[in-house]
Amino acid sequence: MKLESKVPEGNIAEKWTNHKFKMKLVNPANKRKYDLIVVGTGLAGASAAATLGELGYKVKVFTYHDSSRRAHSIAAQGGINAAKNYQNDGDSVFRLFYDTVKGGDFRSREANVYRLAEVSNNIIDQCVAQGVPFAREYGGLLANRSFGGAQVSRTFYARGETGQQLLLGAYSSLNRQIKNGNVTVYHRREMLDLVLVNGRAQGIVVRNLLTGEIEKYSAQAVILATGGYSNVYFLSTNAMNSNATAAWRAHKRGALFANPSFTQIHPTCLPVHGEGQSKLVLMSESLRNDGRIWVPKKAGDNRPPNEIPEEERDYYLERKYPAFGNLVPRDVASRNAKYVCDEGRGVNGERAVYLDFSDAIKRVGKKVIEEKYGNLFEMYENITGENPYEVPMKIYPAPHYTMGGLWVDYNLMSNIPGLFVLGEANFSDHGANRLGASALMQGLADGYFVIPYTIGNYLASEKPEKVDTDRAEFKEAVDNVKEGIAKLLSIDGKQTVDEIHKRLGHLLMDKVGMSRNEKGLKEVIEQIRELREEFWNDVKVVGTGEELNQTLERAGRVADFLELGELMAVDALNRNESCGAHFREEYQTEEGEALRNDEEYAYVAAWEFKKVGEWELHKEDLKFEYVKLATRSYK
Amino acid sequence: MGGEKLNLTLKIWRQNSPDDKGQFEEFKVEISPDASILEMLDELNNDLEREGKRPVAFESDCREGICGTCGIVINGHPHGPLPKTATCQLHMRNFKNGDVIYLEPFRAAAFPIIRDLIVDRSGFDKIQQAGAYISFNTGGAPDANSIPIGKDVAAAALDAAECIGCGACVAACKNSSAMLFVGAKVSQYALLPQGQPERYKRVQTMVAAMDEAGFGSCTNTYACEAECPKGISIMNIARMNRDFIKAKIVEQEVDI
Ligand SMILES: Cc1cc2nc3c(=O)[nH]c(=O)nc-3n(C[C@H](O)[C@H](O)[C@H](O)COP(=O)(O)OP(=O)(O)OC[C@H]3O[C@@H](n4cnc5c(N)ncnc54)[C@H](O)[C@@H]3O)c2cc1C
Repeated sequence: MKLESKVPEGNIAEKWTNHKFKMKLVNPANKRKYDLIVVGTGLAGASAAATLGELGYKVKVFTYHDSSRRAHSIAAQGGINAAKNYQNDGDSVFRLFYDTVKGGDFRSREANVYRLAEVSNNIIDQCVAQGVPFAREYGGLLANRSFGGAQVSRTFYARGETGQQLLLGAYSSLNRQIKNGNVTVYHRREMLDLVLVNGRAQGIVVRNLLTGEIEKYSAQAVILATGGYSNVYFLSTNAMNSNATAAWRAHKRGALFANPSFTQIHPTCLPVHGEGQSKLVLMSESLRNDGRIWVPKKAGDNRPPNEIPEEERDYYLERKYPAFGNLVPRDVASRNAKYVCDEGRGVNGERAVYLDFSDAIKRVGKKVIEEKYGNLFEMYENITGENPYEVPMKIYPAPHYTMGGLWVDYNLMSNIPGLFVLGEANFSDHGANRLGASALMQGLADGYFVIPYTIGNYLASEKPEKVDTDRAEFKEAVDNVKEGIAKLLSIDGKQTVDEIHKRLGHLLMDKVGMSRNEKGLKEVIEQIRELREEFWNDVKVVGTGEELNQTLERAGRVADFLELGELMAVDALNRNESCGAHFREEYQTEEGEALRNDEEYAYVAAWEFKKVGEWELHKEDLKFEYVKLATRSYK
Repeated sequence: MGGEKLNLTLKIWRQNSPDDKGQFEEFKVEISPDASILEMLDELNNDLEREGKRPVAFESDCREGICGTCGIVINGHPHGPLPKTATCQLHMRNFKNGDVIYLEPFRAAAFPIIRDLIVDRSGFDKIQQAGAYISFNTGGAPDANSIPIGKDVAAAALDAAECIGCGACVAACKNSSAMLFVGAKVSQYALLPQGQPERYKRVQTMVAAMDEAGFGSCTNTYACEAECPKGISIMNIARMNRDFIKAKIVEQEVDI
């Protein structure tokens, strides 16, 4: 198989413009003859479905949520980037592009990233027109803040609820199309298989989560916007139901999975408090604008934080990276937190570091801090019972975002014709590390401004003929889904789904987390295989398939995680270098920084599914023509 | 953090299907004070599953109080006893050893019970589909800074827009009114310049959809505001009422 990125010719600044002109169009009167399926109503899915509906396509949208407004995107806190340069601080499309390629440690596709930066400004215009109440200055213009990995202030925000406001904006556009009759939304449906007809993606099989009925739907193209897979680690900042099943089932039908080991462990999350914990709560990275991160200089210094004098504190990020200080990219911040805790210098010897606002409060006053972060501080106090205005927060890294995902070309189409993948579910723009406030940007760029063009180009050469769901391909997929469910229900073992999921999470966090090595990866592949065996012999799923059955839902997702987890390790083992979030202990500089190997690994690793536990690697070589390959330095 | 485990008695509403009668079932649990109430239910469900029994059906997703998926009436209060706290954010340290805790679904005629603690809130989506948007197509927006909006105006719009659509206001209201939910959305647009062109039409279509979805009327008891996990203000209802009346007048002058 040859991977074709389909990046258009020409200067990077003109690629997208030229491509938009060259792409074929679907005649407006013909658009309504095309049925499209969108799975997911997060930022990527909702914006895509709404925009495609506006264009006149007939869109069916699916989500396992009870309302499209509840998608995981709603929980994003800190903000969304754009190259508006409203602050006149030197920002530009090129700089946002540059920062994103560099932040991703040179493992993303330049042309995609440039386009992302290019349309970023349209996103802000679009959202403001929708009535998204972004933060403003007194003069009435939009306010900005800074995020990690950037030296300009380009992040737009709505308190600590940016994701909510952006999603409600996309949801409002979606609602308008539902009212207009161009979009039909199917709630409480979980996609469990992809249907290919003559090698093209033309349908999906879903389970109705209320009745258990297995339903089939057809279309001329299928768009997956189903989010990331951080929940493979069990504990993560993602919503409880976020999962990889849609992407994974598409992978098993032939879609390549790219860079699965590129997973982001976010530096500012609440530490784990006990085995019964169900998720890790993120404290927005924007807090690093004003909070200072430190640990005691001496291991075993268990005094309360305000009794530790300045000179006995180690502000380790400021010390090691004077230029960026507390605003170094996420992977750097996380790894360093791990190191100081490994040295025994974590708070009370535990896996936690301080995030301290006392200087900022002294400098600008409590009121300003409250205005910026009030709801985050409240949330912190609510969970921990401690008041962060008085005592420094305790934080620790947690799995948060997955840069890996289904492989797509420049048009966001996977290697399966007619299968498009948007948002966190694809691999495309963030390389080996995503910068803060860039996921919201990417989701909305894909949905509002990219797919509406590129899907037209694909459809223009497809006949708008109804695809009959009585075809054998649909029957085969339905049977496949039913068989899988029957198998899960028949095992009747002794362990709960959660128990096995937690064990998988521990294995991955330990060996395919912030830091990896050959020995650990080899071990963990075996361990995951054994755990998978155990799952299929000893899991207990109560209830039946013909009813609302949340245990069954989770069991199906964990079954997929048990396969994906192995591929993450396989990918991490294959990549004999350190880059971004993928840190291989064998490959580091003398100063302990990531050591890339551009000669051998400047490629996207796209894995083809052969059978469970067996994959074939395909490589897409990456070329860097506009951002010179260089060692990332934040010193 | 940490501390002694709490021994609690839970009385949980069990109802197999919408037309089942339903009743409370009692469970004894031992739980860490650091756990959230939903983590307590996770543990209970794992125990039930191990015994081959049907776990308690309840919904949640973000567990950070923003998605609005969770919602349990806890000892008579939607989302429990703490102000401005969603169910998922309620931690067990707020209870005492030996407490008896009643857990029930959000009850309202417009929110039929699906199973146990899960209800159908699709009525909310129908109201929003009726007009909670600004009509324009992607790509046609002017530069974001071309319409200055006062910092306080944007903040007031955000105060209203923060509604998480959980339905606690409906569950708290003796009339099952959705006025706080609808008022918040109407207000967000009514406060912003972008919302002006469709302001009066919007309030009419949304109120009509609200009535059609079977929500009751408002009799000013303010229970909704008291139970709202985001502290959405009752002012939003007043603003909606004003706009609704004004819409009748505007309607006579222009076709809205
Ligand atoms: C706590 C938190 C804070 C964050 N803060 C920021 C931030 O400040 N800035 C930033 O840029 N990014 C942030 N992120 C990252 C960002 O929120 C996500 O990457 C982004 O929202 C993902 O959007 P999405 O549309 O791709 O997917 P999602 O929002 O995850 O949506 C997935 C959708 O797919 C549906 N779905 C999935 N599988 C199936 C299936 N099998 N069948 C049917 N439906 C399915 C779901 O129901 C859902 O509707 C944050 C993430 C977290 C966890």
